[in-house]
Amino acid sequence: MRRVLFTVLSLWLAFGSARAQSATQLRFCLRSEPKTFNPLLVEEDSSDTVRYLTGGVLVRLNRKTQKLEPGLATDWKVSRDGRTIAFTLRPGLKFSDGTSFSAADVAYTVQQMMEPSLHSPIGDTFRSGEGATESKILAADKVAISFPAPVAGLDRLFDQVAIMSASSAKKEMAVLGPYYVSENHAGSYLMLERNPNYWRQDAAGRPLPYIDSIRLDIQQNRDLELLRLERGEIDLVNSIDPEYYEKLVKEKPALAHDAGPSLDSEHMWFNQVPTAAISDYKKAWFQSANFRRAVSEAINRQDLARIAFRGHARPAVGIVSPANQFWFNDKLRPHPFDQKSALQRLQKDGFRLHDGVLRDVNGHVVEFSIITNAGNRYRERMATMIQQDLAGVGMKVNVVTLDFPSLIERITRTFTYEACLLGLVNTDLDPASVMNVWLSSAENHQWSPGEKKPATAWEAEIDRLMRAQASTLDDHRRKQYFDRVQEIAWEQEPFIYLVTKNALSAISTSLSNAQPVVLRPQVFWNVDELKLAPEVAATR
Amino acid sequence: MQRLLRHAALILVTVLLGGLLGATLVRFSPAFGVDEAELDPRRSSASIESIRRAKGEERNIPAFYLHYLGRMAKGNLGTSRTLNRPVLELVVTRLPETVKSVILGLLVGWGAGLLLAIPIAMFRSWALDIAASTLAAILLCVPTAVFALLFVVLRTPGRLVIALIVFPKVFRYARNLLVKSALLPHVLTARAKGLGNLRVFARHILPNVAPQLSSLAGVSVSLAFTAAIPVEVLCDLPGIGQLAWKAALGRDLYLLVNLTMIITLITLMANCAADLARPQGARA
Amino acid sequence: MRRARQLATVFLLLVALASAAAGFLAPSGYAHQFRDTPDASPSRQHWLGTDDLGRDRFARLLYGTRVSLCLAPAAALLSSLLAALIGGVAGFCGGRLEQLVLAGTDLFLSLPWLFLLITIRALLPLNLPPVTSVVITFMLLGCLGWAVAARVICSDAHLLRNCDFILLARASGLGGWRLLVRHLLPNLMPIVYAQFWLSIPIFILTEANLGILGLGVSEPLPSWGTLLRDLESCSSMSHLWQFAPLLLLIAAVSCFHLLVVDREFPA
Repeated sequence: MRRVLFTVLSLWLAFGSARAQSATQLRFCLRSEPKTFNPLLVEEDSSDTVRYLTGGVLVRLNRKTQKLEPGLATDWKVSRDGRTIAFTLRPGLKFSDGTSFSAADVAYTVQQMMEPSLHSPIGDTFRSGEGATESKILAADKVAISFPAPVAGLDRLFDQVAIMSASSAKKEMAVLGPYYVSENHAGSYLMLERNPNYWRQDAAGRPLPYIDSIRLDIQQNRDLELLRLERGEIDLVNSIDPEYYEKLVKEKPALAHDAGPSLDSEHMWFNQVPTAAISDYKKAWFQSANFRRAVSEAINRQDLARIAFRGHARPAVGIVSPANQFWFNDKLRPHPFDQKSALQRLQKDGFRLHDGVLRDVNGHVVEFSIITNAGNRYRERMATMIQQDLAGVGMKVNVVTLDFPSLIERITRTFTYEACLLGLVNTDLDPASVMNVWLSSAENHQWSPGEKKPATAWEAEIDRLMRAQASTLDDHRRKQYFDRVQEIAWEQEPFIYLVTKNALSAISTSLSNAQPVVLRPQVFWNVDELKLAPEVAATR
Repeated sequence: MQRLLRHAALILVTVLLGGLLGATLVRFSPAFGVDEAELDPRRSSASIESIRRAKGEERNIPAFYLHYLGRMAKGNLGTSRTLNRPVLELVVTRLPETVKSVILGLLVGWGAGLLLAIPIAMFRSWALDIAASTLAAILLCVPTAVFALLFVVLRTPGRLVIALIVFPKVFRYARNLLVKSALLPHVLTARAKGLGNLRVFARHILPNVAPQLSSLAGVSVSLAFTAAIPVEVLCDLPGIGQLAWKAALGRDLYLLVNLTMIITLITLMANCAADLARPQGARA
Repeated sequence: MRRARQLATVFLLLVALASAAAGFLAPSGYAHQFRDTPDASPSRQHWLGTDDLGRDRFARLLYGTRVSLCLAPAAALLSSLLAALIGGVAGFCGGRLEQLVLAGTDLFLSLPWLFLLITIRALLPLNLPPVTSVVITFMLLGCLGWAVAARVICSDAHLLRNCDFILLARASGLGGWRLLVRHLLPNLMPIVYAQFWLSIPIFILTEANLGILGLGVSEPLPSWGTLLRDLESCSSMSHLWQFAPLLLLIAAVSCFHLLVVDREFPA
């Protein structure tokens, strides 16, 4: 009897521990509910996270090496004219629900993505000219996609396109990535289960991912998120603010990681819209490169990085962050803090400093306002610091914080503002992704959106260079063009780049194989290779 | 019965009017119909244009409201633009969270308030009176948002903030009421005849103060709901308060109209319950 | 109780005096950033240390007190006058009008006024000095704060209407305006006065709440709301001096409460 009991007990224990070991669960937080599960409609961070964890892509940009790697496609080739890309697909793959994957699914996804009425933001990045996109299914595992005009960096763009099933009844919920969404408790948490049909294996032939499930808690409050990390309830914080990072360094330094400068920068710009409802003499200031350069030189970027970001940022150079290894123009340096030189530049335009008050050539006192979004402490701090810096050259600056929609309305519709301080989130390395910022006709050409024709010679030059890089396939020729764009932007400063923020993250010590990088998603970019320590697995 | 019906009719009209006024306020707030997606550098001009056009249909308020009421009659509350979900689903998933916070807050607030007020009235304990009154006075001086911030810093459950808001009001009102009642002639007589404290309280004081306390109950419900907004926003509780804040920041018309109606309904019901609990003819 | 009230008055006067003499007591000013010493602990130079930009906390506290102590009473005055007008007339006339006004206040109380605040703030000219914008915000708060007080005043006016002396005045032929001005208003004054004192702390607290939510006074001008917002970044309970604004707020509001006649809610 005793022996039987012992056998049963040991079996139960063995089974129990095996189960505990197999049930590894990674936990982290989303800052808001994902707005959509349709990978083509993804806009905000949370949906993007879910897409990254669940979506299978033809080619994957390795976030560490910043090079392309095969994904669902084993091989791909861009045609000489840059309009067509042909993929050879990995054979025998299945979606998470068991539907088999073929060239038809790729064709379906591309057709959906380019559907004009869907207004897919990813689709927009492929839209280079008028006309229809064609997908030719050459064989079950071969597909060629032709665009009406050349698309710059065509292959890299497919890193963002999660392939959907053409035939599955589950529609976008059938996926090819490492995980699939198994439960969605709106407003509270999401459960992702390991995709049994995921194609990747490790070197030893074991199927990936290692971790069985992911729980994504929706948690807006960063304090609570950090607290949960310290308690071991979650395993990582993908991107953490400097203030919380400092707190973590004091309390648990082993968890804090600073991967260095990221792609994200903060910048300010002056309103140069010709029709804007601001006085003409102010427009004249803002349209003068001397004025903009003087403002730029009068701002102490080192202090901004040191005080507003607690040292976890660097003076920004220009359009491209140094983190973007290939495209960054390494001849450029940040504008130095030099108020004397700033005053000399201002004097060239006839400005005079008298009794601490700067006046323009017609005697108008130099006073303007900087708007920024309310609730962003870092921008509020920077704006307040810039206020004091510019007072050093006699400029009076008013800082106005507005709620985000009001701010957007002012900078995109009514143009009733003078200067604006905002940040730019860069997800893509390729200059093609900033075409809508640098082309003078674009809507996101924020200092003067949608110009009928370039307002200045340098804007015309940037237009020419941007178009040239977009229609060239050779990356080194493209870089030459884009280097020149960076130089012009550095000289003219339509955007005054302030700081480049560091990529800060927090990772639990029980999570192994994590290699935080500066590209999004900083910590879980190699999610299928992440492992959890056994003791953590056993407690969950 | 007639009184009840009249109240119900008044509430219905006010709620509908509240919805309309709320919609108008949102419609004419700045940046109505502006979407953050417009700043996405990937977006082409055509696609930005289409985003802007899509918002155009909510601009005509009377048409919007009639359309909305028609749909509401069929049980469809519309879709939230910012969260991309049916409003009904959002409210159904979020309401329990807020109700939970409010009930907990009310229970703890009332419990603490009465537990302190009753002994003060019954035993005339000066020390307790001064200590509790000072505590209540201090709590009354702290803004709700500060409580919420402190609770986050101290890592304490945010729901309890509501209790801290309810407690001082309940305590001060109940204390004054009970102390006055304990000095009424018939209570003194009962005491003089040797009736025990418990009996005096249950037989003579409680019936006397019950109607006034119940009217306080109504007010404290709406007080707790109002406090829920900053608490949920700052302590990150996924309830309707947080939803209302997000809706306000996103100019989410459908969501805001519905939330305004819900909040109006709760306020009115609480006031009405207080009204009905009062004896006929008496006024505050 | 009287002693306590006297003490409260003295305390408030002292605070008001200190904030009026801010320029003398804290010569560094509220806006100057000592960039070499951000987040410093209290020292002889900075009595309450410096904030995250290196600004003197003590100076900011004094100037912030000036803003809150000047503007909250102004807003309270505005809202009490509005409440007296609306509530008094409604209670005096009674009947349908009274019902209508009561329903109207209920409605008013439940509307999302946050939008009006956002609207007004967004519509203000950008180059407006921070002081003007904060004055406008407070006046707006004053215009929105009448509803609760109006209910109280309305029910008091209603009671007064049925008082013997009013009935007597009516019987002797006095009516309309004269009755309102001669008899009703003087008798309503104490309650309006009480409502005024009662609503000062409410406006102080409202401004603090708005400041914490990021809708308060604009940089670099301080107010109690913006100062309390710094508590958010307060890393632990070890920096106790950071709680000075909260203590001052509690003390000042308690003093205001003490000054109010013993009249409590519910309405």
